[in-house]
Formats: sequence, C-alpha cells, structure tokens
Amino acid sequence: MSQTNSKTAEQLIKEHKAKHRRQFLKTLFSRKIAVASFVIVILMILAALLAGVISPYDPNVISITERTQGPSVAHLLGTDEFGRDVLSRIIYGSRISLVVGVLAVMIACVIGTLAGMVAGFFGGIVDDVISRIAEAIRVIPQVVLAIALCAVFGGGIVNMAIILGISNMTVYIRMMRSQVLSIKERDYIMAGKLQGNSSARLMFRHILPNSVSPIIVTMTQQIGGTILSEAGLSFLGLGISVPTASWGSLVAGGRAYLLTNPVYSLAPGICIALLVICLNTLGDGVRDALDPRLRGEI
Amino acid sequence: MVRYILQRLGQTILILLIVSFMTYLLVDFLPGDPIAAMTGGEISGETYDRLYHEMNMDKPVLVRYVLWLKDAVTGNFGTSQSYHMPVTSVIAERLPVTIYLSLMAFFISVPLGIVFGIISAVRRGTAADTVVTTTANVCCCLPQFWLGILFLYLLSMMLGWLPASGFVWPWENFVESVRLTIMPLLCLAVGGIASIARQTRSSMLEVIRQDYIRTAKSKGLKEKKVIYVHALKNALLPVITLMGLRLGGLVGGSVFVENVFVIPGMGSLLVNAINSLDIPLIQGCVLLIAAFSSVINLITDIVYVIVDPRIRVA
Repeated sequence: MSQTNSKTAEQLIKEHKAKHRRQFLKTLFSRKIAVASFVIVILMILAALLAGVISPYDPNVISITERTQGPSVAHLLGTDEFGRDVLSRIIYGSRISLVVGVLAVMIACVIGTLAGMVAGFFGGIVDDVISRIAEAIRVIPQVVLAIALCAVFGGGIVNMAIILGISNMTVYIRMMRSQVLSIKERDYIMAGKLQGNSSARLMFRHILPNSVSPIIVTMTQQIGGTILSEAGLSFLGLGISVPTASWGSLVAGGRAYLLTNPVYSLAPGICIALLVICLNTLGDGVRDALDPRLRGEI
Repeated sequence: MVRYILQRLGQTILILLIVSFMTYLLVDFLPGDPIAAMTGGEISGETYDRLYHEMNMDKPVLVRYVLWLKDAVTGNFGTSQSYHMPVTSVIAERLPVTIYLSLMAFFISVPLGIVFGIISAVRRGTAADTVVTTTANVCCCLPQFWLGILFLYLLSMMLGWLPASGFVWPWENFVESVRLTIMPLLCLAVGGIASIARQTRSSMLEVIRQDYIRTAKSKGLKEKKVIYVHALKNALLPVITLMGLRLGGLVGGSVFVENVFVIPGMGSLLVNAINSLDIPLIQGCVLLIAAFSSVINLITDIVYVIVDPRIRVA
C-alpha cells in the first residue's frame, strides 16, 4: 500500500519537475535577445573547445618575417610583435576566459554558499564572525582585493580562479544567509528538527535543495563580471602570464602597436565585451525564468 | 538617530580592524623574504639577524600585528621599500590625483545617469527607452581598459585631438589639464552613467506602479509634478545606495584608467607596489582604500536615515 503511494508521489514529483523545466526553458527562450545570446555563448564555447581545429595557425609559433602586420588575407586580424597570428591567439584566449570564469564562480559559490548557510543556520556567534569577515572583505573594492590577492597567489589559471573566487564569495554568503533565515522558519524544517535530524542533514537535504534557484541566479549573474575581472588582471600583467594568450593580456600586448595594427588590441576587447554582454543577458533571462513572481505564478 | 550613527560608527571601526588584520595576514603570507626584498639580498648574516630582530620577525604574528597597528593608527605605515620614502608621503602624493578624477567622474555620472534613467522609465517601451536600456546594458559590460585604449586610438592617435597620457593639475596649466582629463573621465564615467541609469529606471518603474502615484494622478496633479516630485523622491532611494557603492569603489576602480593613461594615482601605485612586492606600501594602500570605502558606506547609511525616516523606526 505504502509502496504504491510513494511511487505515485515520486511520479508526481517527476512530472512536476518536468513541467517546471519546460516552463523554465519556455520563459528563458521567449525573448529573441536571450536566444541570440545563448547561441553566441555556445559558439564561443565551441570555439574554445575546438581551438586546435579552427584556429588557422599555432598561437605560439613565432615568425620573425611577419612581425606586427595589419589584417591581411593570410592573417585575418594581423600579427603581433613576434609574428604570431592574432586571430589564433584570440581563439585560444577564449579558453582562459571561460575556464577561469566558470571555475571562479564555482569556487565562490561553494565557499560562499557553505559559509552563508552555516551562518544563517546556527546564528549567534558563528553568524557574527562569518558576517563580519564577509563585510570586511566586501569593504575592499573588488579590483583592489583581487590585485592584492594576486601578490599572494601569483598568476596562472587555477590561482586566478581562486583569487576571483575569494573576491566574489561574499555575494553568496549574503544571499544564502538571508535565504536560510527565511527557510529556517518554515514548518517542514521544524518537522525535520522534531524528527531528530542532524543539523548537517537539515542543511544539505532540506535547506540547500530549496535554495537552488537563487544560487543558480547568482551564479549566472556573476560569471560575466568574473570574466571581466580576469581580463582586467591579465591586462595589468597580474593574471595569466605572457606566452599564454588571454584576452586581457592581448589587449595589453597590442597597446604599443596601435598605429601599425589597431585590431591586435581592439579585437580581443570586443570579444570580452561580447561574451560578457551575452552572459549577462542570459543571466537576466535565467533570473526572470526562475523567479516565479515575474512569471506570474504567485 | 545619534544612537544609530554611533552604532554604525562602532561597526565601521570593527570592520576596519578586521580589514587591517586581514591585510596584515595577507601580506604575511607573501612569498619571498621581506628583509631580502628590502636590502636587495646582499647583506651579512649578522645584519640579517639584526634586521630580523628590528623588524620583529622573531615575534608571533599577533604581536607584530599589534605593533604595526599602533604605528598605523598614528599614520605611520613604515617605509616603502621601492620608493625609499615613508608610505604616508608616497600615498599623500598620489591620493589627491585619484580623488580629483574620481570625484569629477562621480559628479558627471550621477546627474546624467539619473536623467537617462528617468527618460527611459517615463517613456517605457518607446524607442528612447530601448536605446537607453540597450546602451546602458552594453556599456556596463565594456572592459574599462579596452574603452581607454579605444579612446586613445580614436581621439589621440587617429584624430590627434587629445594628448595620449599624463596628468597636470588645473592650476598648473588649465587647458592642458582639461585636455588630459577628458579621456580618463569619459572612461570612468561611462560605467557609472550606465549603472545609475539602470538602477534609476528600475526603481522608477517600481515606484510608478504604487498606489500613491495613482492617487496623485487621479486627484488631477500634472503628470510632470507626479513624476518629478512624488515618484522621483522615492525612486532615488536605491540609487543613493548605488551612488555610495560607486563612490567607495572609485578610488580603487581607477586602476585601469590610471594604467592606460599613465596617471600617477592610487591605482597605479598599488599595481607598482604589487609588482615590486613592496609590503608596507601594499598594506598602506589596501587599508586606505578600504577605509575610504567604509567611510563612504557609513556616510551613505547616515544619508539614508536622513532621507528615509522609515529606517529610523526599525
């Protein structure tokens, strides 16, 4: 008897989830601009994955005879000061931006969500300590914090992701803390407590799954800004070190050659802007699609 | 009211203490030997030991922090290793430049941002709204350093209208100063205009939906009066927060602009300090920038209480 009941309940949940997913995708892609952004982001991800196949040259091969040329048929975006093909370097550079952006957002999300959840759940002194530290981090402007952390961690892809992860995590702490504070008061958490569930189980099995939407919204809203920060640090020479092509360092590298090949410096910047604009648009779309208030359900 | 302000002041001091400790720890984690960095590494073991003791390296971190903080409170951040001057005087030379540029950018972007925001909110759905919203969305995403290089290429290299780099105070050479600050200000202001316009638009739309606006309209008030007197007052509340955030971030946020246009301000100083691992200078810069932004936060909160009486009750 109970077997069949739980099965139907499972089925119901499954159907409900499928319905939600359909509705989410429908709302997300109801706007043309969101669809266009999605397509561009997918194209950029594909370009990053297939960089070895689609880039016309090896991004690191030096050719003394072809130094700093303007755009031509052989080199669509010209060459840099070592005769390397700028287009190929831009295509390879997309890998850095995407990998660092995704990794950093994941690090920020994991640390921030955990800290925020613990702060909100336990309250009292734990909450005070975590909240004050988060406030102290937030008071340092993000660029400055990231630059200062660069000195400690140094450059490189993983370090960059850690640095940007740390400087972004306070958003998740704040969001998750207030999320937990409101969920904590609900009846089902009280029921869970009365059943004798451990704090860890309550947090991870009951509170966390119910906070997935705001977490996803925050992540999608943050990734564009994170990519922008990585580009900025690489531009300053603090991020990804020189032989590896990253969009920020390409913009910096082309500065000295603006007169001979302006595309060298300007094109990677356009790529950064395009990727960030599309990610932000997509993020707004995800927010609208996940927020039931805007969808007219509540 | 006074109690609230005192409370917030206490919080700000606590936060700054935490920041100062974090800054101290952060720099403590730095790779490399601070004594070797200071002297260039060519010293005898004896001198090394003496310096080691003088710099209190043999004491635990907490003790060193307290000693450092005692000096820092009196304005003594030690001697910069790369400039061979007290950190305070290095910063005192650079800070006015950044504050000058930041405040100018701030005073340009706030009114423009609010005006654009109102225009697009009032004409929601029209072509004007679409243009403003799209432009603002795009401008928010433009990398500031790239924008700087674009201006540099167009206005300085192609058209030759403006000098490419440097900084001059207006009282030294007014015309040159204006010519030099146009491009940095444009870069600094664009992002601010865009984000303030977006915030103004959304909070304006939120307010326009409220009942009291409908009441004001239905009792026959002129549309203009309703918008500019009744709606705007409340719509600007969230904008104040954003303005505070931007103002607090401006001192650190001009890093890229200072880098592109070779302006001797706080941002370029910080980058130099990091590149030469100048520990006292890094500590001084980070702490000062944090102090600046938390003081601005404090002022924002106080302004908020004055403007919005509802907070005073809670």
